[in-house]
Amino acid sequence: MAELVTLTIDGKQTTAEKGTLVIEAAKKVGIEIPAFCYYEGYSLQAACRMCLVEVEKMPKLQPGCTLPAAEGMVVMTDSPKVVEARKSTLEFLLTNHPLDCPVCDKGGECELQDMVFRYGAGESRFTEIKHHANEKQWSPMVYYDPARCILCYRCIRVCDEGLGVGALGLTHRGVQAEITPSNGDHLECDECGMCIDVCPVGALTSGTYRYKSRPWEMNHVGTICTHCSNGCKTTLSIRNGEIMRANNRDQSGINGEFLCAKGRFGYDFVHSEERLQTPLVRKDGQLVEASWSEALSLVAKKFAEVKARRGKFGVVGSARTTNEEAYYLQKFARQGLGTANVDHRRSGDVASLLNALSGRRDALATVADLYTAKAALVVGADLAQQHPLLAFQLRANHRHHGSATYVVSRGPVREDSYAARSVRARAGEEIGALEQSRAELSKHASVVILYGDAVKGADVAKLVAFGDSLGVEVKYVCLMDYSNSRGAWDMGLTHEYGPGYKAAGERGLSLPEMLAATDLDVVWAVGANPLETAGLASKDAFVVVQELFLTETARRADVVLPAASAYEKNGTVTNTCGEVQRLKAGAKVMGTKTDLEIMGLLAKEMGLDLGIWAPEKVFEEIRRTVGGYNVQLPIIVTGGAAPTQPVNGGLSVLPDASLVRSAEDTLFTSGSLGRYSKMLNAAMEAPGKLYKE
Amino acid sequence: MTFSQELEARFAKMIGNYPPGRQKGALIPMLLYAQDDIGQITDELIDEVSKRLSVKRVEIEEVLGYYTMLHREKRGRRHVQICTNVSCMLRGGEELWEHARGKLGIGNKQTTADGSISLEEVECIGACSWAPAILVNYDFHFNVTPESLDELIDGLRTKQ
Repeated sequence: MAELVTLTIDGKQTTAEKGTLVIEAAKKVGIEIPAFCYYEGYSLQAACRMCLVEVEKMPKLQPGCTLPAAEGMVVMTDSPKVVEARKSTLEFLLTNHPLDCPVCDKGGECELQDMVFRYGAGESRFTEIKHHANEKQWSPMVYYDPARCILCYRCIRVCDEGLGVGALGLTHRGVQAEITPSNGDHLECDECGMCIDVCPVGALTSGTYRYKSRPWEMNHVGTICTHCSNGCKTTLSIRNGEIMRANNRDQSGINGEFLCAKGRFGYDFVHSEERLQTPLVRKDGQLVEASWSEALSLVAKKFAEVKARRGKFGVVGSARTTNEEAYYLQKFARQGLGTANVDHRRSGDVASLLNALSGRRDALATVADLYTAKAALVVGADLAQQHPLLAFQLRANHRHHGSATYVVSRGPVREDSYAARSVRARAGEEIGALEQSRAELSKHASVVILYGDAVKGADVAKLVAFGDSLGVEVKYVCLMDYSNSRGAWDMGLTHEYGPGYKAAGERGLSLPEMLAATDLDVVWAVGANPLETAGLASKDAFVVVQELFLTETARRADVVLPAASAYEKNGTVTNTCGEVQRLKAGAKVMGTKTDLEIMGLLAKEMGLDLGIWAPEKVFEEIRRTVGGYNVQLPIIVTGGAAPTQPVNGGLSVLPDASLVRSAEDTLFTSGSLGRYSKMLNAAMEAPGKLYKE
Repeated sequence: MTFSQELEARFAKMIGNYPPGRQKGALIPMLLYAQDDIGQITDELIDEVSKRLSVKRVEIEEVLGYYTMLHREKRGRRHVQICTNVSCMLRGGEELWEHARGKLGIGNKQTTADGSISLEEVECIGACSWAPAILVNYDFHFNVTPESLDELIDGLRTKQ
């Protein structure tokens, strides 16, 4: 244990580990030392002078954010000298700061406003004309207003240290000093918007939110991002059912405040004018608008008729619908329609991993583990592009704890810049390349191994054997594409497995087999767009599609049912690490229904008894029946992430590894959803490329 | 981009002066000497230096914005810098500055039409004992009067 020192802050005696900063030690005893530039987790700056404190026997005021606590130190954070210094600092900060608070995005949640309110002077002695510089647009996402900037360097540090991008710098001096983007007048970066998020004032503003709303006019709903599989918590700010912005300023959830471009700006697909808002039914070869009751009864009648004559169904699920919907869909297909043809598009081979890990507990790494493990091995993925949160965690772990990262990839990745070893291996040859890092990896007490779609089938078993042979604690992450890619497997949306990886009795058709079959009578796609890349061989099949947009599959459909997006739903999703989190409905889009409700109504129309279709009820059934999902409800209800456990016992059927293929989305693409996000497509960096120099 | 042989040799020696991993330290002298050759800091130069020293472009922009001796705009072959800081001001620096502007017909950080001379008003150049002082490229001129300034400028013009 580290050495403890005893110090006194405002008369309160406290102990702290040697080296603790006074600002942190004060926080522990409930004393706020105000600061702008100090930001937990990033390098120290001591630029703003707001945190000055008086320390006994020290002649001058000291910055509390860089002063380490020492034995016997007596600190005063509220002495007349300190109060005066704070007033002066704020007076200086306001000399050129425009008083445009009434129209500033930050008004109401601005740290400068709060500080002036609490610590500031009531008046200013400056009568000079304020130095002004015009607002600049750096990218479709990021705007900069130099006049409002207080030069705290937070944005620079979060970009450089947190993201490893380093797209921001500070140029010029004195009143002319301002933040400058990487390419002189515009940004070339991840467009994650973290700089906007950490800005204590309204200097950096968001392209989606600026001048749109006042913070107090919105309701804030904490839910899970619907794009990639990392499962970031995002707080949607909603006004009249419309999402005005997304961030995670309360730092709740597995991602803290981290969000990437997709999470922060890519929600705009929800309110796209291309959203389907009324059911469509094919009449005389044309899709025409119909009422919900007409469309639902048409589908129910068709389903019942095909089921009665023992016709063939093909059911395609989604990697983005909730666990409840995935579970309900496979139950509907297997029990309600009596078909075994259930599948979804897979992007990672998690079944082989669970098989290899069967019987172990705690062998799946959580997002938090990536921050605490001594080492990480990334196999066959461009982490910073495909899994931004996981990459952020690894970088933070390296920065704070000196953890080592090892990379085996087919091309250059951002992790190379700090990796202990980077090995290039052609796709499919990653396993052989592991040996080069074996000796070093076995020296670390704990290792997390993350693998992409290049490792599948027998290779997963080899990877686990490699992990076992290291002789240290090893945990695994199977990297997948979308928000519920993992849940789709777990809930039994595959032709091999029912829920919890119990072998499906009768072997049905896989997704490619369904598309290639010529004798399907019905194809039912729920949140999936299989016809984007393949044709449907069953020319006469009756196609039912539940979708947000008129996708390739929806255009071929006989009935299109407008579905709600994840941001309009309650339920749960499971991230790529196998952590279950709760979705909370925030937005409202008229005319749509959640996939669960649509399926429930269809079941009712057909007279099927598949149970109540309320998400809570379905989740109860999942917790009871799906292996590994007996998770603690309080964690999920309070917005936490509950880890699932690997299945207990080996799988009796091994998955078809040939079906596993990642869509290789970048930071700016997100399957069919990404196509309808104007912001993501507007980025200069879009669509981006994996493994680029 | 390519530099003259002398400059390349100078860079090689300079970079060797820093311990491994600290080559970044050569940033300012490299920019300065390259500027002497090229007359300004060009985008091309920034890219080249960023590549050679593994420094991000924006870090170079930070340095350029901070130091007034580094110029993004093209300078004249002779860069006349007139100090108007306290000591020089007391001894006639400001009159010199006005005189030079009048004579050359250009303002602060501007260059004559023929590209031979550029003018800049600078802060203390560390020659207070011989104020007012002027710096032409790297050469100091001390106790300057309007008359000696005329002479100096005429000399610069004919020297080419």
